[in-house]
Amino acid sequence: MAISQIAKAQPAEMADTMRSNGKIYVVVGVVTLIFVVLFTYLMLLDRRLSALEKNDKTS
Amino acid sequence: MWSVFPSRSSCFHTFGANKKNGTLKLPFALKIASIILVFFALIAGFLVDVPRLDILNETIRNLFFHVTSWFAMVFLFIASFGYSIHYLNTGNAKSDLLAKIFVQTGMVFGVAGLSTGMLWAQYTWGSYWVPDPKLNGAAVALLAYLAYVVLRNSMTDELARAKVSAVYNIFAFVMMVIFIFILPRMTSSLHPGNGGNPAFSSYDLDNSMRIVFYPATIGWILLGLWISELKYRIETLHKKDEEFSNASPIHLDGD
Repeated sequence: MAISQIAKAQPAEMADTMRSNGKIYVVVGVVTLIFVVLFTYLMLLDRRLSALEKNDKTS
Repeated sequence: MWSVFPSRSSCFHTFGANKKNGTLKLPFALKIASIILVFFALIAGFLVDVPRLDILNETIRNLFFHVTSWFAMVFLFIASFGYSIHYLNTGNAKSDLLAKIFVQTGMVFGVAGLSTGMLWAQYTWGSYWVPDPKLNGAAVALLAYLAYVVLRNSMTDELARAKVSAVYNIFAFVMMVIFIFILPRMTSSLHPGNGGNPAFSSYDLDNSMRIVFYPATIGWILLGLWISELKYRIETLHKKDEEFSNASPIHLDGD
């Protein structure tokens, strides 16, 4: 009802339903989680490399 | 904070050289900034209000991901270009290594830009590949950089390889500028900002999109620098290791 009124007022179709029922936050949550894992992995690699450099210097 | 074109004296200030042990590190603050900005781009990119346009619809949000990866690629190629010039000026082997790494990381972002662009084109322009000067130009530019990698790998003499690839890198950079930024502007292109128009005045970038787009660009660029830094550190360690294993038999003979 309200959505169809918005759709009539606005010519271009957008994902208004997904926004109004909050499902868009599920998508944002999934993408955020994936990148949390990726950045954690990148940080771990960075730290491991720092440890290797430290070893390399002392040896 | 850093200069894109490294000067003779401070070539490693791009990364902030650690003078104590001679390693090259991207400041930790910039890594944190990269994480924050990329997350801002991801979250705000989905949630920010965007203009309602026909055909584009919600795909206009691809601007935060597709265009930013091209920007990251161009930035990394500029850095590589700068280090190649620096190499030719000074003969510093580190600059040659950095030039190579920036090309490699830049190409990753370029492939990301090309493939995301193809997907976007399918749903807005109707085909994965359209005969658009910007598309073909981007493909040619990426091939020019692919040739850089092939050229490097084809040479075994380190000094010759460094010199020839530095000179070729300058050529590849000019090719990229011509094929991505000049030629598409001289003819009509489906991409916004082409066909004689300067890039940003004709973008359908309203203010809410700019607020996400610019931080997103900086975030992806910093991520590119971070990955390049890791690659540089790995290759430096690898080199040291090789030198060590080459030197050790002599040492053992001495015993």
